[in-house]
Amino acid sequence: MIGADAVVKCLEKEGVTTLFGYPGVAICPFFNSILNTKIESILVRSEQNAAHAASGYARVSGKAGVCVATSGPGATNLITGIATAYADSIPLICITGQVDSNLLGSDVFQEADITGAAESFVKYSYLVKDVSDIPRIMKEAFHIAQTGRKGPVLIDIPIDIQNKTIQNFRYPESVNLRTYKPTVKGHAVQLKKVSKELGRAKKPLICAGGGVILSGAQKELCDFSHKYKIPVVSTMMGISAMSSSDPLYYGMIGNNGRSCANKAMQESDLLIVIGARIADRAVSSPDLVAKDTVLIHIDVDPAEIGKNVGPTIPIVGDIKHIFNDLAKDTVQCNFKIWTDTLDRYRNAEKPRKKPHKGYVDPALFVTTLSNRLNDRAVYVADVGQNQMWSCMYYVAKSGRFLTSGGMGTMGYSIPAAIGAKMADKRLQVVAVCGDGSFQMSMNELATMAENKTDVKVIVFNNGYLGLVREYQHNTYNKKYSMVDLGSYPDLSKIAEAYSMPYLRLSDNKDMEKAIDDLLATKGSAIMECIIDPMDTVK
Amino acid sequence: MKRLYSILVENRSGVLAKVSGLFARRCFNIDSLAVGTTDDPDISCITVVSSGDKGTLEQIEKQLNKKINVIKIKTFAEEESISRELMLVKVRYTAKTRRDIMEICEILDAKIVDMSKNQMMIQICDTPEKSQLLLQMLNGVAITEVARCGTLALPKCGLSD
Ligand SMILES: Cc1ncc(C[n+]2csc(CCOP(=O)(O)OP(=O)(O)O)c2C)c(N)n1
Repeated sequence: MIGADAVVKCLEKEGVTTLFGYPGVAICPFFNSILNTKIESILVRSEQNAAHAASGYARVSGKAGVCVATSGPGATNLITGIATAYADSIPLICITGQVDSNLLGSDVFQEADITGAAESFVKYSYLVKDVSDIPRIMKEAFHIAQTGRKGPVLIDIPIDIQNKTIQNFRYPESVNLRTYKPTVKGHAVQLKKVSKELGRAKKPLICAGGGVILSGAQKELCDFSHKYKIPVVSTMMGISAMSSSDPLYYGMIGNNGRSCANKAMQESDLLIVIGARIADRAVSSPDLVAKDTVLIHIDVDPAEIGKNVGPTIPIVGDIKHIFNDLAKDTVQCNFKIWTDTLDRYRNAEKPRKKPHKGYVDPALFVTTLSNRLNDRAVYVADVGQNQMWSCMYYVAKSGRFLTSGGMGTMGYSIPAAIGAKMADKRLQVVAVCGDGSFQMSMNELATMAENKTDVKVIVFNNGYLGLVREYQHNTYNKKYSMVDLGSYPDLSKIAEAYSMPYLRLSDNKDMEKAIDDLLATKGSAIMECIIDPMDTVK
Repeated sequence: MKRLYSILVENRSGVLAKVSGLFARRCFNIDSLAVGTTDDPDISCITVVSSGDKGTLEQIEKQLNKKINVIKIKTFAEEESISRELMLVKVRYTAKTRRDIMEICEILDAKIVDMSKNQMMIQICDTPEKSQLLLQMLNGVAITEVARCGTLALPKCGLSD
């Protein structure tokens, strides 16, 4: 058995069934070893998309996604994908080939110091220097990626180490990391305070972030909210933590959030932030939260607590655990006056201004599409105006809403949708992107076609890098620079090139039927929606 | 506000880069840094003096704690600790300045550790303020070279009883 076989064996031991990758000489021993296994290796069309696909896979499967690339340019191409996963705390195992260990540091062909370059975007990284370390490193890597605050772990393996014989392969049962022990259980004294504050509060509010979903605590969140009738708002990453039809859910907060959600944030006297960073995009100014609000911040990462807003009561631990512990207590409370107020705010919200005739209204489209999807469907939103529209108008049922929140990486939706579909082939998966973001990863249409991956791709075509155009419109008085995408490519021909059905929607008239037609097509398909080039988010 | 961090880390290659890289990336100040092994050869101690507001100083500790190679962090204010730094100063002297220099050294408890016909090397091992004072006092004579290590610090004995 050689090092490369050992790596593959470790992947099998971890239950990996699918990985995404792109080869080169430095990783060839690994890709040769993988031939002898049942692990499905998906050849993507660019390494960045291998990482995005692994991210989509991880988010749907709940396990670390695996991506593999060669040394030098292969490894550096991964970085944007790694950084995107890091920003959203997605567990990834990133394996890169490296030049011969005896040549490390001498700038030979295709040498890149990838552990150095990726240092600030990984939870941890390894440069393997001894073949006998492989089992321990792999075990540790999966453990680190999938526990505590999840994130990408990088393993860089020189080609000679991959080829070296390994004696007595044994996969460790457990890890022994004396310096890494994430807190799981919340502190009992702190938990008691939650009940106490609830008993005292008049206007409590839960703000749910992506951490709720990462911990798989959607149901626990609902149960907790329902038990006391506490209203819930979410950050962008928290979308789909709670169903949109739940009367206690008031939508997404933030600059592009719903006004009733933001008003709730402003007026609440007890804010329970769960698994959210309360970053700049969600809370434009810290005083969105009233001065005398009691703040309870629950997060698995102690460093997030107090980073952006000072907490009154910090609770560190796994969110699901904490909800389960909180459920053991019961306090008397009644928040009807508060929820009635919020209901009034919600009912007073004005509908979006009618868009110009002869175009698709993106807001109506997102609502109609998400309503017509299966209950458990996965909706992957890209970046740009399209992301804002998706976030604002998506109707959550019991499915998943995936997007690149922390990094806002254009081109995320198509590869992530492929990964999501590979994680559970029974799920209906759609990717919704702009014409700019589509072109950043349309090479992956080939991956979809080759693997018969059933993903419906929807392109909001406005001929512009719309979000930047909107920004320039407002900031530079309509002086546009570098945002005009023109009229290429012809999407019907792109679809044809990949043998995919193509549908076009140019106004709201036939929307429902068009969407049903799209969802009914066998296999993947592309739908182009013609959006008013001057349409805006705000 | 100044704060001292005594960071116990695994003694492995690349760990110092991870720790110092964290300071750079998050825009935390490093006023001084010193590294060496501890009584356990598998463990190194990195001593960092940093400054910033309360929130920043707290973040430094939390972010360091997240680093997987970091075993333990002790942090303390200057007045809770004994801190020392070592400095070597090379100066050019003349018959006229020689006595002055020697007097300064005597007052400040510095030692002359090497000399030639027209240069001498002074060693001081004291608080950073004392080293600074020595430099100030020597300002009148020609300083040719200075080498200075980062601050080392441990909490005062009474505090760790
Ligand atoms: C990789 C990357 N490059 C640049 C940006 C900056 N950016 C944010 S939105 C946007 C425009 C997106 O255009 P498009 O995909 O057509 O979507 P639209 O805004 O028109 O809906 C750009 C360039 C980014 N987020 N990601």
